[in-house]
Amino acid sequence: MKKTEKEQAAWLIAVSGANPGACMRCGRCTAACPVAGEMDIKPHHFASFLLHGQAGALLQSQSIWVCLSCMACSERCPRGVDPARLMEAVRQGAVRPRGETHLSPDDVPALLQEDMPQQALAAAFRKYRK
Amino acid sequence: MPVTEEFSPKIVAFCCNWCSYAGADLAGSSRLSYPAEVKIIRVPCSCRVNPMFLLRAFQKGADGVILCGCHPGDCHYSTGNYYARRRMTLLFSMLSYLGIEKERTRVEWVSAAEGARFAGVMNDFVKTVRALGPCRRLEDVRCRE
Amino acid sequence: MQRIGVFVCHCGSNIAATVDVEKVVQAARGVPGVVCAQDYRYMCSQAGQDLIRCAIREEKLTGVVVCSCSPRMHEATFRRAAEQEGLNPYLVEIANIREQCSWIHKDRDQATAKAIVLMRAAVEKVRRDQPLTAGKSGVVKRALVIGGGIAGLSTALDVAGAGFEVDIVEKEPSIGGKMAQLDKTFPTLDCSACILTPKMVEASQNENIHLYTYSEVEEVSGFVGNFTVTIRKKARFVDETRCTGCGVCMEKCPSKKAKNEFNCGLNTRSAIYIPFAQAIPNVPVIDTENCIKMKTGKCGICQKNCAAGAIDYTQKDERITREYGAIVAATGFQPIGLQAFGEYGYDRYPDVITSLELERLMNAAGPTGGELRCPSDGRKPKEIVFVQCVGSRGQSCRDKSYCSKICCMYTAKHAMLIRDHWPEMNVHVMYIDVRTPGKNFDEFYRRAAEEYGVDYIKGQVGKVYEQDGRLKVQASDLLDDRQLLLNADLVVLAAAIEPSPTARKLATMLTASMDTNDFFTEAHPKLRPVESPTAGIFLSGVCQGPKDIPETVAQAGAAAAKVIGLLSKKELTANACTAQPDEGRCNGCGECEKVCPYGAISYEEKEMRVPGKTEKRRVARINTALCQGCGACTVACPSGVMDLLGFSNRQILSEVDAICR
Repeated sequence: MKKTEKEQAAWLIAVSGANPGACMRCGRCTAACPVAGEMDIKPHHFASFLLHGQAGALLQSQSIWVCLSCMACSERCPRGVDPARLMEAVRQGAVRPRGETHLSPDDVPALLQEDMPQQALAAAFRKYRK
Repeated sequence: MPVTEEFSPKIVAFCCNWCSYAGADLAGSSRLSYPAEVKIIRVPCSCRVNPMFLLRAFQKGADGVILCGCHPGDCHYSTGNYYARRRMTLLFSMLSYLGIEKERTRVEWVSAAEGARFAGVMNDFVKTVRALGPCRRLEDVRCRE
Repeated sequence: MQRIGVFVCHCGSNIAATVDVEKVVQAARGVPGVVCAQDYRYMCSQAGQDLIRCAIREEKLTGVVVCSCSPRMHEATFRRAAEQEGLNPYLVEIANIREQCSWIHKDRDQATAKAIVLMRAAVEKVRRDQPLTAGKSGVVKRALVIGGGIAGLSTALDVAGAGFEVDIVEKEPSIGGKMAQLDKTFPTLDCSACILTPKMVEASQNENIHLYTYSEVEEVSGFVGNFTVTIRKKARFVDETRCTGCGVCMEKCPSKKAKNEFNCGLNTRSAIYIPFAQAIPNVPVIDTENCIKMKTGKCGICQKNCAAGAIDYTQKDERITREYGAIVAATGFQPIGLQAFGEYGYDRYPDVITSLELERLMNAAGPTGGELRCPSDGRKPKEIVFVQCVGSRGQSCRDKSYCSKICCMYTAKHAMLIRDHWPEMNVHVMYIDVRTPGKNFDEFYRRAAEEYGVDYIKGQVGKVYEQDGRLKVQASDLLDDRQLLLNADLVVLAAAIEPSPTARKLATMLTASMDTNDFFTEAHPKLRPVESPTAGIFLSGVCQGPKDIPETVAQAGAAAAKVIGLLSKKELTANACTAQPDEGRCNGCGECEKVCPYGAISYEEKEMRVPGKTEKRRVARINTALCQGCGACTVACPSGVMDLLGFSNRQILSEVDAICR
């Protein structure tokens, strides 16, 4: 049976293992994020969106693909919310239903660029889709 | 309503004066009910409870004994509840060895503000003891000599 | 032969509606030793008490059981009534048949049966009661205040004003504390020094107040009314009685590179120094770490130049032992260290400062003479970013879980003052919430935002870094949902405040409890907020929790009132239910002393008569003034000879018997 948006949000919180309820809306996650300027939905919104059952907007957002998985948000969070886990959960929530679309390790050499940070590679394994 | 002969256990509750006894009072003033089988003995601190008191209760026919004190760190006398906890851990282990089920003995921390918790703990304890049925009686056989 | 009276209260219908009072009375009459049993509508009323007193008189009662509400409610009432009739108050016991019976049970038969059991248990207890007399102890009419900041000074002045002698122990060379470092105070913007220094002078001139500056408490023993405290007066190397405070020594001192603590290290001072101009006492101290004479033995310039001959390099720490009736902890606070907050670059960039440093930078007596300058190169800042909640309200290991309470207001003050003095400077405040409860506080904050044009931005800072010689502040504006990259000449961090690191050691000495944040715990969070659970120890100021100056002064006054109340007493009544060893059977093993939280147990050699001879034996001795009657020792005693008066083994066992019958 298909989940309602609200159920999906609750499920995303559950699989994330993070604790959005502890968020006090300080915004340090977004302030710390190196790519928040490119995001349509900023990291600090993830906690409140999920708490309010708005999973759909997050799953549609570009933010989950922009995210570098650098974990700066979780590093800075003073409340132990761990926003990076929320981001990751939503990303998995978007990736998994689409089937086997992960990046294959065999494809990596062709994609390598000189100036590409290693983090981008790690992030690509998390979210790559063709 | 059909009248059933339900087993009515004898329960002795030792409550420290500062937290748990006050918690029991709060349960009372909040009208939170718990079974009448529970009879409370006021002690200044949970550390005043001598293992001998529990043994005597079981000798005299108690079916369950519960010791309530302040939460760890909140003891009015700073450290009393830690002593109580250690002593009771040993005693309960010995009682199990003697054949008194460990469910019949319990240590619980109830603060003066936790009336609801006090009633909850007592309800649960009585339910547990009731399910176990009457306790085997310890006997001081010296009395026979 | 015991003659016990049982009195059953209806409590209006509170008890009588559920418990058959008449049946309880009947049952009581059947208990051996009970010579009278009566019921009454309100036993706690005057008429009810008279009924009990009359029965004590006419029936010559040796014990009284009142079946009524909780002993926590009216035990004292009934004991007082008995005492007035000449019956020892400890021969009165309460059976709690309201809170623990009538109020929680609905079935009348069940409740009545339980009330009878509780009554019987109380009768059995009273049967084994013995008359007790509470010990009395005197009160030393002198108070000790630990900490000479605004909290300690206010308490000391109030106590001294009531005619009691007060000693203040201050670890720094001068009294004044953190308030002396502040420039202006919110919400009135009056100058901090202008309102503090008169208090300091008043304290130094008050004949009832004695100052021990540059001193620390080293040892505390005793109990409420009778504390003995050892104070270590650290060597100043300057004779206080000779020094005139002329300041020549400081001028001539060749070692001038010591960090100036009073100015938060923003400038330097000489090795012999007075922390600030209005310091009390106005006597310098030699800082041994920087003094050339102390380090190499060669110098002595200050001594040569001192006309009063006050410099004494051989001075030693001095120990003073005094007795006090009450002790007040007023140990204050400090801003947290910011080493763990690398993202703000406090350790890397001189232009990232704390709010306390800003106070010094804006103070006319500060390192810049009150001109706001960047510490790096002395230029006038144009863009200033304030960051709130640095280290407050967090859950990670580097954060404090609490709100530091004062930061919102002092930041509004700083922002307002900057915009007022230098309108060309732009001020941005990065906040999570602005919390301004307090008289005229919110109005003050709104004035900063509305009249002075301070730019309040809801959001936080991700990092501060340097680019092309300029500080950049990466932040987010949560309301406008945009990322910010602010240029900043000065970044001001509202660092969380934490209790003074000296407080923990002191708490151990005082046996006063602390919470996980090292703030002193109060005896009751609402009803006894200025007392420690340890009798005779009182709390003043931030050592109990974050608070601003008006709150600190209010609490200091409250603590003083409590101290005065204690010192005014002729004698103190101790707890009567104390531990008591059976000396004849005590073998002096020492187990009881180990578990006593009050140090009330000691051992003495006592001559004992045993068949045929007299021998000396080591036995436990209870200091009844210290014993609080917890009973830990009674169970720890391997020989079972320690008992607790009022809650004796025999009494509790008989209660168990009565309940299990």
